[in-house]
Amino acid sequence: MTADTYLAPKRLDEALEALRGGEATILAGGTDLMVQSQSGKTPIGPKLVNIRRIAGLAGVVRADGEIHIGALTTIAELLEHELVRTHLPSLAEACDHFASSQIRNAGTLGGNVCNASPAGDTLVPLLALGASVELAAKPDAAVTTRAMPLGEFIVGPGKTQRKPAELLTAIRIPVPAAGGVQRFFKFGTRPALDIAAISLGLVTVKEGGVLRHVRLALGAVAPVPMRGVRAESMLEGRRLDPALIEAAAAAARDEVRPISDVRASDWYRRELVRNMVKRMLTDVSQS
Amino acid sequence: MSAKVEIGFNLNGAQRTVEVPREMSTLDMLREVIGLTGTKYACGEGECGACTIIVDGRSVNACLMFAPDCDGRSVTTVEGVVDTPLGERLRDAFVQAGAVQCGFCTPGMMVQAKHLIDMHDGKLGREAIKRGIEGNLCRCTGYVKIVDAIAAAAQPKG
Repeated sequence: MTADTYLAPKRLDEALEALRGGEATILAGGTDLMVQSQSGKTPIGPKLVNIRRIAGLAGVVRADGEIHIGALTTIAELLEHELVRTHLPSLAEACDHFASSQIRNAGTLGGNVCNASPAGDTLVPLLALGASVELAAKPDAAVTTRAMPLGEFIVGPGKTQRKPAELLTAIRIPVPAAGGVQRFFKFGTRPALDIAAISLGLVTVKEGGVLRHVRLALGAVAPVPMRGVRAESMLEGRRLDPALIEAAAAAARDEVRPISDVRASDWYRRELVRNMVKRMLTDVSQS
Repeated sequence: MSAKVEIGFNLNGAQRTVEVPREMSTLDMLREVIGLTGTKYACGEGECGACTIIVDGRSVNACLMFAPDCDGRSVTTVEGVVDTPLGERLRDAFVQAGAVQCGFCTPGMMVQAKHLIDMHDGKLGREAIKRGIEGNLCRCTGYVKIVDAIAAAAQPKG
C-alpha cells in the first residue's frame, strides 16, 4: 500500500520542490492524463502534482522579439488571443482544428507538447515556427532553467527530454517576419475530435516571389513531428513553379517515415504528404 | 490506496465541501458522491460530450477533469443551467423543436449550448452552433433539430 499524495502548489518553486526526487505525475488540463491513467498507459505516480494553480504560468506575451506562451495557456485561450491570431496564424489554425470546444477549454499547450504525440496538433506549427521550450527545476536552493528547440525536446512517441524533476514552463516562438507566409493543414476523416492522419505546417517568407527561411513540418508521419529538410532545401531561395512544386512534394513524400495503423497505411500517408504539400505550395505560389 | 482530498467549490451557486479520491473524475464525483445524475456518463474519454459541465465559465468534459481540480472553482451542471432564464429558454426551445429523441445527449447539449450562447453575446449563427457542438454526439442523429433549438434559444426574447 502506497501513501499516495495530491498536491496543488500555487507557486512555481513549491511545484519544483514537489517534483524533486521524481515519482511525480504532473496534472494540468487532464484531458490526456485521465484517459492514459485509466487505460494504464500512464500510471499515476505516488505524487500527483496539479500545476494548474501556479501563478504566472498562463498567458501570451511579446517580449524581446519572441512570443512567450505560458505552459498553462489553454488551446481555447490561444485560439482567441490577438498576438496568436496576428503573428502565429498557423498555430491558431491548428488550435481551431484541435479536438472539440470542451477539450480546447481544458487542454493546455504545455500538456500537448509534453504528451509528445506524433500527431499532436500544435506540434507541427510550433516546429515550423522554430519554437523552443523552457524547462525549470529546483535541484537545491535556487530555481534553474534551460531552453531547447522543440525538435530536440521531443525524442519519441510520448517521450521528451524533460527530466522527472523538471517542469515545462513556457513555449517561446521568434516573432515571424511581417508579411511572412504561414500555412497549416490537418487531414482527418471528420472535422472534429479526430487524430490527424497527416498534418503539415509551412512557414516561409516570400521576397519578390522568392522563398526564404523555408520551414516545412510534418506530423503523424514519423515517431516524432519532423521537418521536411530535403523539401526545404529544394525550395530555399527559389521561385515556385509547377516543376519545383512537384519535385519538392515528391521529396517530402520520400523523406517521411510513416507507419500503417487504423487511420491510414504507410503508402496512403506518403501519397497524402505529396499531394497536400503540392496543394499547399500551389496555394502559396498563387498568393 | 488512493489518497482522499478534501475540496470546496461552488456547485450551481451553493458552496460544497466533499472528500474525493485523488484520481476520481469530476463526473464520478457529481454522480456517485454528490448524487447529481443529470450529467451523463457515456464514452468516458472526452469524445461524446454527454458529461459537459461549465467550470469557471468554460465548458469541459467532466469525465476528463480530475475531481480535486474543482477545488476553489465554480462548477455548473445541467441542474444549474435549467435553473436560469437561459436554461428555461433552452428547455422550451428543445421541446418546441423536437430536439430530444432518446434524450441521453440532451443535458450535455444544453450545457454546451449555454456556453456557446454566453460566449457569443447574442450573435450566434448556425455555423458557429455546428462548430460549437462538434464535441457533442447525438446517436439519434437529430442534429438539425438540436441546431434549430439552440438557434432559437440564442435569440434574446424581444
